[in-house]
Amino acid sequence: MRNIWTIARREYRHYFTSPIAYIAALLALLTVGIYFVVIIYYLTNQSYYSNSAPGIDIVIGPLATVFLFATPALTMRLLADEQRMGTLELLLTTPIKDGELVVGKWLGAFLFMLTIIAITLVYPIVLNKLTSPGIDQGVMISAYIAIILLSAVFLAIGTAMSSFFNNQFAAFFATLAVLILFWWLIRLPTYIIQNDSINNIFNYLDLNGRFNSMVAGTMSISDVIYPISLTALGLFLSAAAVEIRRWR
Amino acid sequence: MIRAIGLTKDYGSRRAIENLTFEAKQGEVVGFLGPNGAGKTTTMRILTGYMPPTYGSAQVAGFDVISESLEVRRRVGYLPETVPLYPEMTVYEYLKFMADLRHLPNGDDMIDAALDLVQMENRADGYISNLSKGMRQRVGLAQALLHRPEVLILDEPTIGLDPAQVVEFRNTVREVGKERTVLLSTHILSEAQQLCDRVLIINKGRIVAEDTPENLQARLVGAEHVILRVKGEADDLLPIITKIDGVQNAKLQPDGSLEFQFAPTADVRPAVARATIEAGYDLLEFQPVGLSLEEIFLQLTQDNTRMER
Repeated sequence: MRNIWTIARREYRHYFTSPIAYIAALLALLTVGIYFVVIIYYLTNQSYYSNSAPGIDIVIGPLATVFLFATPALTMRLLADEQRMGTLELLLTTPIKDGELVVGKWLGAFLFMLTIIAITLVYPIVLNKLTSPGIDQGVMISAYIAIILLSAVFLAIGTAMSSFFNNQFAAFFATLAVLILFWWLIRLPTYIIQNDSINNIFNYLDLNGRFNSMVAGTMSISDVIYPISLTALGLFLSAAAVEIRRWR
Repeated sequence: MIRAIGLTKDYGSRRAIENLTFEAKQGEVVGFLGPNGAGKTTTMRILTGYMPPTYGSAQVAGFDVISESLEVRRRVGYLPETVPLYPEMTVYEYLKFMADLRHLPNGDDMIDAALDLVQMENRADGYISNLSKGMRQRVGLAQALLHRPEVLILDEPTIGLDPAQVVEFRNTVREVGKERTVLLSTHILSEAQQLCDRVLIINKGRIVAEDTPENLQARLVGAEHVILRVKGEADDLLPIITKIDGVQNAKLQPDGSLEFQFAPTADVRPAVARATIEAGYDLLEFQPVGLSLEEIFLQLTQDNTRMER
């Protein structure tokens, strides 16, 4: 635990010295901010729309889309860069386990993502003031759990890709490809295949569908278990990749 | 203590080291001497627990590098060839990070002590990105010394340092090597001679010689090798020098200087100098010619084949 925390703390601090992290954070917050303002402006000026009050989905929805692109930028250097700078050799000859290294790296990135998410907490406060009788607290909590779980999964996939490649850009595009697969492409077969039991598999794996239902306020046990297992799988593969590097 | 038995490492189909067996005791500074690509780094990476050998085994500080890797890593200080630093950190932050990873109880005191050893105590708050190559090397060494390891493994530690820094670095290594086991690699013969109690010469993944620097020197240097320079061409000097007792293999060099050898026991230089001046030449210099690493390997491998026969 202590080693994980040492690695995570360094990684978290590193983000505050890295222009890419600032750009990613700026992109996320700017997008959410503009989207929020435009939606609120639109809704307040459309009388026929006034019976549907804006919910937390107008914040969390765009945030998820931005995270899809921000994640590869935040994770691409996690292990690939250590390899390039020769510091991986240092870390792998200190008395820490490969798993601790990988989980620490992921945790540092996760804490940075949580920081961005924490900044968006101003929006539910504003929304609460704007609407009467205020926004649904349960839905808000469910939506925030959804975005936190989603960023955990995204970052674990990014960490794995960074451990597979020596090159940061290869890690970037591989991460983006896998995220797009899990976010947009995986449910496409269900539009073609008529077999329900096969479609159930694709629906189960579809991160987007689960995310949307949680943001809307309905949460099942598998909505929580699936992203946690996917995160664990990503971290396991990362640790395995680091181990394989040793044997090559 | 380091004990390697039959270490072999294959990268794919390429064999990097083959059947290396050697030992280094506590208080001993052992030098790994060999050209680039000889397998020095590979061996060190195995001993530090960075990667396992394909065949063979090794014990470092009493623990097996494969089955007790974490125990080994706890007791080894390692300075890789490319000094592993985080440029965006200060020297202190970097060492603090390493101290935390190694669970050092009184980290700050140990950081101060390590910085003191490498004479960087007043640069602790400087960013690593602003340090010169020599300073970075010292920070790397501080990192390796930080936890007062039983075994110190240094891969080409003096590469890229200027001569004054090299002298300082050697003093530091000699100082810390008194009560530790130090294994260092180099491709500079004189460095190995100055620093090490014992030298292992490695070429193409095999140990070709293992001895004290003095014995190695005696084995290698059958004859002193000198170049004589005079003002102008030395053409007419050659027959005169050749006649002097003890001068061997005298021959003219393309640049007009004269090269000759003599037995270490009978220094002919005074006689040659007198003869040169008597012949009306202006004597400029005697330049001793050291053996290059390539010549050493040539000589050693020839020795070995001769012995095998």
